[in-house]
Amino acid sequence: MAKANIIEILNATDAELIEISKKGLLSLTLDEMKRIQKYFLSAGRNPTDLELEMIAQTWSEHCFHKTFKSRIQFTEIIDSNSPVMEEIPSLFSLIKQATEKVRKNWCISVFKDNAGIIQFDEDYCICFKVETHNHPSALEPYGGAGTGIGGVIRDVLGAGLGAKPILNTDVFCFAPLDTRHEELQEGIFHPRRLFKAVVSGVRDYGNRMGIPTANGAILFDPGYLYNILVYCGTVGIMPRWAVNKKVKPGDLVVVIGGRTGRDGIHGATFSSASLEKDIPTSVVQIGNPIVEKKVLDALMTARDEKLYSAITDCGAGGLSSAVGELAQHCGAVVHLDKVPLKYQDLKPWEIWVSESQERMVLSVPPEKFNRLKEILESENVEYACIGKFNSTGKIKIFHEKDIVGELDLKWLFQKSELPVLKALYEKRETVNIIPENINLEETLLQLLSDSNIASKEIVVRQYDHEVQGHTIIKPFGGIDGCSASDAVVLAPIYGNDRGIVVSCGINPWYGMLDPYLMAGNCIDEALRNIVACGGNPDRTAILDNFCWGKIDDPFELGKLTRCVKGCHDYAIQYKVPFISGKDSLNNYFTKVDGSVVSIPGTLLISAISVIDDVRKSITSDFKEASNLIYILGETSNELGGSRFFNVFNLEGGRCPAPHPEISLMIMRKLYRAIKNNLVMACHDCSEGGVAIAIAEMIIGSGYGAEIYLEQMPATTAEPVSLLFSESQGRFIVEVDESCVEKFEKLFKGLPCKQIGRVIPDFRLKVNDRDKTLLDVNGELLKQKWCGAISW
Amino acid sequence: MVKVIILRTGGTNCDLETEWACQVAGASTSRIHISQITTGRVKILDFDILIIPGGFSYGDDLGAGKVLANEIMLKCWEQIEKFREKQRPIIGICNGFQVLVKAKMLPFWGKHTASLVWNESGRFEDRWVNLRVEKSTSPFFNNMPEIIRFPVAHAEGKFVLKSHSLLKKIEKNQQVILRYVNPSGETQGYPYNPNGSIAGIAGVCDEKGLVIGMMPHPERALLRIHLPDWTRLKGQEEFSYGYRFFKNVIEYCS
Repeated sequence: MAKANIIEILNATDAELIEISKKGLLSLTLDEMKRIQKYFLSAGRNPTDLELEMIAQTWSEHCFHKTFKSRIQFTEIIDSNSPVMEEIPSLFSLIKQATEKVRKNWCISVFKDNAGIIQFDEDYCICFKVETHNHPSALEPYGGAGTGIGGVIRDVLGAGLGAKPILNTDVFCFAPLDTRHEELQEGIFHPRRLFKAVVSGVRDYGNRMGIPTANGAILFDPGYLYNILVYCGTVGIMPRWAVNKKVKPGDLVVVIGGRTGRDGIHGATFSSASLEKDIPTSVVQIGNPIVEKKVLDALMTARDEKLYSAITDCGAGGLSSAVGELAQHCGAVVHLDKVPLKYQDLKPWEIWVSESQERMVLSVPPEKFNRLKEILESENVEYACIGKFNSTGKIKIFHEKDIVGELDLKWLFQKSELPVLKALYEKRETVNIIPENINLEETLLQLLSDSNIASKEIVVRQYDHEVQGHTIIKPFGGIDGCSASDAVVLAPIYGNDRGIVVSCGINPWYGMLDPYLMAGNCIDEALRNIVACGGNPDRTAILDNFCWGKIDDPFELGKLTRCVKGCHDYAIQYKVPFISGKDSLNNYFTKVDGSVVSIPGTLLISAISVIDDVRKSITSDFKEASNLIYILGETSNELGGSRFFNVFNLEGGRCPAPHPEISLMIMRKLYRAIKNNLVMACHDCSEGGVAIAIAEMIIGSGYGAEIYLEQMPATTAEPVSLLFSESQGRFIVEVDESCVEKFEKLFKGLPCKQIGRVIPDFRLKVNDRDKTLLDVNGELLKQKWCGAISW
Repeated sequence: MVKVIILRTGGTNCDLETEWACQVAGASTSRIHISQITTGRVKILDFDILIIPGGFSYGDDLGAGKVLANEIMLKCWEQIEKFREKQRPIIGICNGFQVLVKAKMLPFWGKHTASLVWNESGRFEDRWVNLRVEKSTSPFFNNMPEIIRFPVAHAEGKFVLKSHSLLKKIEKNQQVILRYVNPSGETQGYPYNPNGSIAGIAGVCDEKGLVIGMMPHPERALLRIHLPDWTRLKGQEEFSYGYRFFKNVIEYCS
């Protein structure tokens, strides 16, 4: 039987320490290796391979978030004559601070557990977590994406004493599907292959789990050629009493679900390293959704019978991370030979850090174990009692009779001295250009079929978006189901009209101009999507997910720092708390010639709102001819980062800037207007601006619209800007004539103007004073928008 | 009170909303794992209606519904046969329909005459379909409008028969309960027929009309606000087509 190997480090030189870390794929720095050396010097022995693996996993960027916890010396050069220097205690503290300042009493658990938890009603809480699975999905897209969704579902199963997953969300970033094969580097899959495999992976896992996948986005930009992004989120619901967990010394360590194999070894350490060719695919986990579904079924019964005192998922770092985390404040003894294996001959350290999927670890009071066994057996779920929690403050790991590891938990989890990081941000000077002599009709049609704007129906219909029977506003509504919704609305309890609204905001193109504004714009967009469906901006929580490039480059860290500062400042101004977040750093590719390509820094803001009555929610398709069309919010000449600029291959320009104060006022009033049945349809203006927003409202309605641009509240009179600028905080609203007075009164003093009418003809007609700028048939709009993305 | 057993196993995932639909329609319900049946702890015959709901039983790993169909045929066939002899309804929805067909319960009891195969599009699709209610031997679609709407959500839902004469036979026997149609009620190609089923067949029953199976999900069309375009509709009624279906089934047994 394989035993643990002893690794000689006590007398190792610095160079040898680095070599040990590198050879073992541990991703530990010299400072960290020296800390380990010191620990074992005082213990008077060399570490085992298992111990080194456990330390490497616990301290990995993936599990410890070193970058987000480090002090940062930040130099910001906005005006080249006067650089501003400041020291930031840590990026994570900035985010947390914002939540503390916003202070909402319905936030139940933030940044502590596996997922953020907010109050739903007297009896229930809602939790939400979004994760990324970028590296595995780039190497093995089908399996990587599937285990991405599988992993975040387990996060929710392991939040508190376990929540029932009710919704999955997904956001993907790929290079354009028409990328030429000659542009690919060795070891890189074509974006179309990645696109199809990632969608299939999420589809097959999510559908089999019986969880609706009903919100998300798909983005295309050449910046994601080498590193794709795969964000997966899960929303869960749990009884209020199940929010807290606490391991009790004397409880049994019980692992349930999948067996342990050699798949996903070093996932935690690898996920924070650069991609290059020739990475072993054994780092990618292999998923089996039905095993996880059985775990879910069994857990919900066991939870309600209160058969365990704590639970966590086996994610990155496997048992090492899961048991380590649970034992952190007490201690545990573990017997690795009791872990059910997929096949024999695994080394003890492999069992300990393997990231085999579909496993959960429970802390079970001994007297409850028999009943738990009954439930697990009746659901055909495998389980094993692999140890016991105690109060020694140590984790002691056996394999048969041999001790293969023993570590002090306080030392292992103690906050280490992290180095101070340097970050530098220099504002790019850009000229604000407005192209002339544009054919507006051609441009509109080109934008409608731009892959970033066009309908993603071909993907969305592959997800079961209404299993469980809670989905009230579905991803697609309108006539023939071809009108895309801004957000999804669920009524998660049968027979109860209380609901949640879930949306997202993401736009890397703004980030290329200014990551600070990107943060504000993403928050604004996520909130707009919530409010457009009837969500309450004052009852909305948000999540941050940062995907960034090579982070030891001070300029990349500078952009990230500026983005986090934006999150902090704008969250406070919009009064929305962050409840959970995650960072995925070092999304870069090292080419054969040694050069490095980082992804565009990408922030995903996911938003969730609780509403009293799902029956008040609305959709974006126009409802009736002769209704009036209003615009809320002011339009400026902000074409920087717009899809319009992209179509014309223009760089630079003025990036849209959010106006939190006015935006929030508009959103609060709009929420009231919708609640009081004053609004027939509503859609926010995002990529492609007003023109695209109105076209989309036409496509699923069978009606048309006639618009008068000169009526728009704006700081510009340029038709191109009025049509395609992506100024933030704007909505297009359809109002019945009988409600006009009440509606206008509500928005008195705010930028709110009637700009046209719904017309019986299926067409979009846009006038500027006495000139008709656009007159396009609805069928053509529909055809361009619906048919652009093929499978 | 009419008692419904909702039979589930690993990978079943529409059991909760099916249970809710039955309860709203006035029945008492039990969601029972098949292990409880095969170990003899629960008896199917103690119930009035058997429903096999949607999902991916055993991951659909050997073909949709195949493993659960085998389990039923090998481990609880006797109970199932008695259940049918006592003229109690057996209903398969989506994966449940796939199970009934593969367990040789539909369209002809004990005979392997049909199958549900991969959608012609080659992918899983979730979309709402128009369904024409056919004149059939099944009493469960009485008092329904001529055209109703349910969603489908499946990858393997294309209904095929062993021979063309079988199609004539089930049509003549009035065993076709639902057909995919366009909004004006005619059978048509994709996307109105979402999977390429022959003659647009979306659901069938046995000769007596008490064993029925369909790919569309009535339990997801229980309320008006389940309809994908309810925000466009003028009416204010609470329930939708799915409710009438469950109500019919339960009233038949009371």
